[in-house]
Amino acid sequence: MWRQAYWDEPLITEFRGKGRQGYLIPKEDLDVEIKLPDSIRRTKDPELPEVTELEVVRHFIRLSQMSFGVDTGMMPLGSCTMKYNPKIEEESGIAESIHPLQDQETVQGNLEVMYEMQRWLAEATGMDQCSLQVPAGSAGELAGVLMMKKYHTDLDRERGDMLVADSAHGTNPASAAMAGFNVIYIKSNTEGLVDMKVLRETVSENVAGFMLTNPNTLGLFEENIKEIADLIHSVDGVLYYDGANLNGILGVARPGDMGFDIVHLNLHKTFGVPHGGGGPGAGAICAKGKMTSYLPFPVIERDENNYVQSKPDRTIGKISVFHGNFGNLMRSYVYILGLGEEGISMIGKMSTIATNYLIAKLRNVNGLELMAPHRFRKHEVVFSAKRLADETGVTAFDIAKSLLDRGFYAPTIYFPPNVEEALMIEPTETETVETLDQFAEAIKDILEKAYSNPASITSAPHNTSVGRLDQVKANHPSTLTPTYRVLKTRLSSQRGD
Amino acid sequence: MDNHPWLPNLSHVNRMLEEIGVKKIEDLFQDIPEDVILKRKLRVGYDRPLSEHEIRYRLGQIAEKNLKLKYPPFLGAGAYPHSVPSVIKFILSRSEFYTAYTPYQPEVNQGLLQALFEYQSLMAELLEMDVVNSSHYDWGGSLAEAVLMGYRINGRKKVLIPESINPLHEQVLRTWISGREMEIVKVPIGNDGTLDLNFLSKVSPDQISSIYVQEPNFYGVLETEVEYVADWARKNGIISIIGVSPISLGLIKPPGELGFDIAVGDGQELGIPLNFGGPYNGVLATRMDMKLVRQMPGRIVGMTQDQNGKRGFTLILQTREQFARREKATSNITTNEALVALANAVYLSLLGKHGIRELASEIYRRSHYALKRLEDEEIGKRKWESDFFEEFTFVFRTDYSEIYRGLLARGIHGGFRLNEREALICVTEVHSKEAIETLVQTAKEVS
Repeated sequence: MWRQAYWDEPLITEFRGKGRQGYLIPKEDLDVEIKLPDSIRRTKDPELPEVTELEVVRHFIRLSQMSFGVDTGMMPLGSCTMKYNPKIEEESGIAESIHPLQDQETVQGNLEVMYEMQRWLAEATGMDQCSLQVPAGSAGELAGVLMMKKYHTDLDRERGDMLVADSAHGTNPASAAMAGFNVIYIKSNTEGLVDMKVLRETVSENVAGFMLTNPNTLGLFEENIKEIADLIHSVDGVLYYDGANLNGILGVARPGDMGFDIVHLNLHKTFGVPHGGGGPGAGAICAKGKMTSYLPFPVIERDENNYVQSKPDRTIGKISVFHGNFGNLMRSYVYILGLGEEGISMIGKMSTIATNYLIAKLRNVNGLELMAPHRFRKHEVVFSAKRLADETGVTAFDIAKSLLDRGFYAPTIYFPPNVEEALMIEPTETETVETLDQFAEAIKDILEKAYSNPASITSAPHNTSVGRLDQVKANHPSTLTPTYRVLKTRLSSQRGD
Repeated sequence: MDNHPWLPNLSHVNRMLEEIGVKKIEDLFQDIPEDVILKRKLRVGYDRPLSEHEIRYRLGQIAEKNLKLKYPPFLGAGAYPHSVPSVIKFILSRSEFYTAYTPYQPEVNQGLLQALFEYQSLMAELLEMDVVNSSHYDWGGSLAEAVLMGYRINGRKKVLIPESINPLHEQVLRTWISGREMEIVKVPIGNDGTLDLNFLSKVSPDQISSIYVQEPNFYGVLETEVEYVADWARKNGIISIIGVSPISLGLIKPPGELGFDIAVGDGQELGIPLNFGGPYNGVLATRMDMKLVRQMPGRIVGMTQDQNGKRGFTLILQTREQFARREKATSNITTNEALVALANAVYLSLLGKHGIRELASEIYRRSHYALKRLEDEEIGKRKWESDFFEEFTFVFRTDYSEIYRGLLARGIHGGFRLNEREALICVTEVHSKEAIETLVQTAKEVS
């Protein structure tokens, strides 16, 4: 049986020692006095811990033992592409001591990497040029919608509407709204694809663009993509590719060849950068044709002997302060070197095989349903557990918690919004077929128990560091505790201090 | 290709296809229009997979194309060379942390959640603010998010920013808010390099959404009347935002005590290498005022209990976020900089309450020492008499470009060039007395 560690570990702010320090500050003998004006001089030291190096190490190592990552077990999170992160990537820190504003001549190696990556990512997406400014996918989306905004503004026209598929990632509408667009959702049809009739009726001279991912969040390829592109282009709208799902077709088909004009990439998904517990990621925003001149700067170009930073003509500006997340760009670079042309070209195929293999294993499991079962999925699949919930009271949420008990991370649940009780599974190309078998067995076991002994599933998890958490208490205004400082203040006011 | 260490099923393809019920891989892609299918390999990477040995060789080649400097560069301007304790790399290398996803399943991610809660809590103590989210991309992004928060709260369209703002932060801010019809107005600086606060009496406050001040400002100068700005903003229903260098708070009065609504900055200083510009960590903090908290973007970890009464941690206030609210969300952020925030937590734990003061003092003293030595040797003089932290604006007697080239030829990277004669010089605890002396002597020789 799988079991996670539990330490009754205090917060680092609760360590009681005094007068200790975990790091020695270098000192020089200099004849300088500190003469700060009183109006800005700190009057009392911040309430930081007083602990030794060993206490810090032991504390955080214990916390790591109560955490779960890809190196702990399979993480079949749909649309998140949690593939294995090759360890050689961690040797890529060649730029750790390099300042982003150093003279260009002194950083030619870094600029060469950026130049190569721009080229490779443009090739992978079928675009003309990429900017590596964006520190993550959503920042790429913001860049993309701002590029569309500026494009239309430059042509002196008002385009207030942004079309978004109803199954889209939440970032799409959120990014569009940040750029000041009015979001219009395009419904999916019963096959899970963009409803062409709805789209035709919606496209107008007020549409700035269409944000779409292909394969879509159901893992289905939008087979009408060229017609969609023609339709959007017929009003001079911009077709935007949400690169979150690129892993399902990488090496098989390219957004550029389908008619997309702008693409963002999540290097922490498709190109192997570890997710870091939520970040840092890294990204790229790529464009073709007339849209390239709107890319955020800098982009790296090559003159006779040197790599130089340049600014596209109509650039939207800068999305991040310096060069984006260069440290992670290096990890991605190493990942690409390690796979080479042939390996990279196999990713879409292998992740698609893995997904359809899982589907084959789960197809006839009692309680699960699959929309458009005759269609092959690409890198992910969405099952609905609605029938199970109706018949047993066991929900997608319960299945997720029960998977944790079996040493698997949970799939993405309740997404996309157009599927009830959704379980969105993405196995990726890096799990062995034996692990896929075990995962399928775990799901089957959970569903069988849901019918025979539902309480054993609805009370899960049992084998994790803690049990189900009280979300009401966590979010209630009277018990909301976002920091230790808030807790201290609340306790002291309860005591009447 | 029938074998690769990162693609385990290459040798099991036939068995898997059989289970699926198709004959060949291409059958799985029959829904892709024929003219969209790529009929060649992608020209991505080199023509064959490189072995680890070859990858290391390639990394070495790249490193050789970068110039090795004798000392850390005397560069700041938004990214600061500092010493990074080895404990940090060791802890970040725990792969349970670095290969984790956003902790949406809290029961199995208590350690990461607690660590992020600790980041929020330690940063809150340093800033004396109540609520800190668990990270944004960088200082510029946090500033933009803070300005957008202000816009959502009061709906006004003007933003006041100082003339002495970091120009790169201003560029990021301008890009991020370019979809909104907001107007940026600059508060001028006076002859001493600090904000000209008389300007505030000349503007009509009812159109102003937020006011931003940077402490120390881009030129390293310490603003001495920032408390006045926070008071003025409060009286006029304006959101006050302050941008701070976290380490300086070992000596400088924190944003909370000064009365600001929002504090922003970059966690890069707290245990993160320069990384040629990223990953860094955009810090964003507010007071415990639900009007502010409800508009706060980004993930927040909160303390709660599990079903058995054990203390536990989970993401809170998720209804603000894009996956729940979609176009009505407070921001589009998903991937953040959690691991960098964790590094900041480890760093602040190591330094502790005394270490942070000692470090800030040492940086203050070294940077003032460097200025004094440059002036002693008559290489030039300070631009402003006002006090400063870590960075100062220096006016060279002769053309700075020549001095800069001369330094570089000797493996020393000078400061950030502002114009023909002026540069921003940054000195921290990584610049030894010897490094400072070498800078001074070399500058003297080449000027």
